[in-house]
Amino acid sequence: MAVKVRIPTPLQRLTQGKEEVEGTPGKVIDLVSDLDRKFPGIGERISENGKIRRFVNIYVNDEDIRFLNSEETVIKDGDEVSIVPAIAGGAQPGMVVGTREGE
Amino acid sequence: MGHIRGLKCRECGREYPIEPIYVCEFCFGPLEVAYDYKSIAKALNKEKIEKREKSLWRYRELLPIDGEPQVGLTSGYTPLVKADNLAKELGVEELYLKDDTVVHPTLSFKDRVVSVALTKAKEFGFDTVACASTGNLAHSVSAHGARAGLKRFIFIPASLEPSKIIASLVYEPNLVAVDGNYDDVNRLCSEIANKYSWAFVNINIRPFYAEGSKTLGFEIIEQLGWKAPDNVVVPCASGSLLTKVWKSFKEFKDIGIIKELGTKVFAAQATGCSPIVTAIKQGTDVIRPVKPNTIAKSLAIGNPADGFYASQVVRETGGDGEDVSDQEIIDAIKLLARTEGIFAETAGGVTLASAKKLIATGKIRRDEVTVICITGNGLKTQEALQGNVASPHYIKPNIASFEEVLKKIS
Repeated sequence: MAVKVRIPTPLQRLTQGKEEVEGTPGKVIDLVSDLDRKFPGIGERISENGKIRRFVNIYVNDEDIRFLNSEETVIKDGDEVSIVPAIAGGAQPGMVVGTREGE
Repeated sequence: MGHIRGLKCRECGREYPIEPIYVCEFCFGPLEVAYDYKSIAKALNKEKIEKREKSLWRYRELLPIDGEPQVGLTSGYTPLVKADNLAKELGVEELYLKDDTVVHPTLSFKDRVVSVALTKAKEFGFDTVACASTGNLAHSVSAHGARAGLKRFIFIPASLEPSKIIASLVYEPNLVAVDGNYDDVNRLCSEIANKYSWAFVNINIRPFYAEGSKTLGFEIIEQLGWKAPDNVVVPCASGSLLTKVWKSFKEFKDIGIIKELGTKVFAAQATGCSPIVTAIKQGTDVIRPVKPNTIAKSLAIGNPADGFYASQVVRETGGDGEDVSDQEIIDAIKLLARTEGIFAETAGGVTLASAKKLIATGKIRRDEVTVICITGNGLKTQEALQGNVASPHYIKPNIASFEEVLKKIS
């Protein structure tokens, strides 16, 4: 088994149109390197200097990694990872859109 | 005549042309308007501003439009009230209220951002404007859009109070009540914005819309006699207003309108929804989303888009953050009305109550000049005071009955 990774629409150009790809278990930040080897260019879009970019949210089994162990969060076999642009909008099921304005 | 260079990503610095876009294609950061400050410094000075109409457009060179202002020509330039009674109550020497309870025409600071957003929407050639909102923004887009001859789609949660629905419907927009909460409405609007070519003021027009908030800060400096205050207290929902007030102060310094700037910026939130203040207090730059539970509904954003930048401004300026309970909010609304004769909505209660705490704990010094931003009118949220105000004195229609009451009062 491997880790299922859901790719947001703006990054699917780098995954040959695939919405879901497979990754290797391990730390989140190592998963990013793993994805970048398979899909060159994707790494710099979602991370910078070993940190996930501020406006990219990563969820492991629907939990935001900022509330787990951030980049060091360990992903196990069978886990599901979602990469979600924080304010890009769009129709990702289960996606959290950074709220813009109140009343 | 415009002085805009383009749009620029706040995160990675990539530049984009002026278009109705709001997210960096590369790193997903928010886009912001970039100006040519050298040419603005040549084109704008105090004397020129002072000669213009008393509206938010008197600072037009620092707003992201290319042509003439088209919407909100009578919006902005609200009073800066020297609040001596309140100052005495709080034990400070010099206190001012920036009174946006009276922005024309819909009585909240949203008239500022909507004036800029709809002018820009017209420049882009849109014939339809839209927003997701539960109150002040809905009223403002409905009203300004009516006068500007624009088609309007206003999206609200279906559970909204009838008084707020009526205050939008009177302007006859297309009011769409969505079966879901505010986050659901917001998410749906992002999808609609992708599919239809409309100007969603707080989505694809956001970089321009948000700039309108700067006019509140420009006015504070002008009305203080071209001086920045020592402290400014700003309510936070998305955090955008706070970052733009600071940006306005910096811009006036950069183009030479003021010589000195040492303002400390303070963030105010309700304890029942305080993700930004929590991050400030904990000294972290991670904004942890919360589920809002407060009477200050106009500030109830659990996942604030500009929270990170707002907390940065507070840190950078040596300010701080404070949060207050629902009871403290109500008490502050009443204090403001009792001492200065201003009826603010719950957000105003949040800001004043937070300022009061910041003064009491010495974070705001008593001998400095402080400005508190009051951003909306209390007549819109009267239900918040239910059970918290006195009853009338009921009497019979004769003098004896009246004098009986009079005896009790004195």
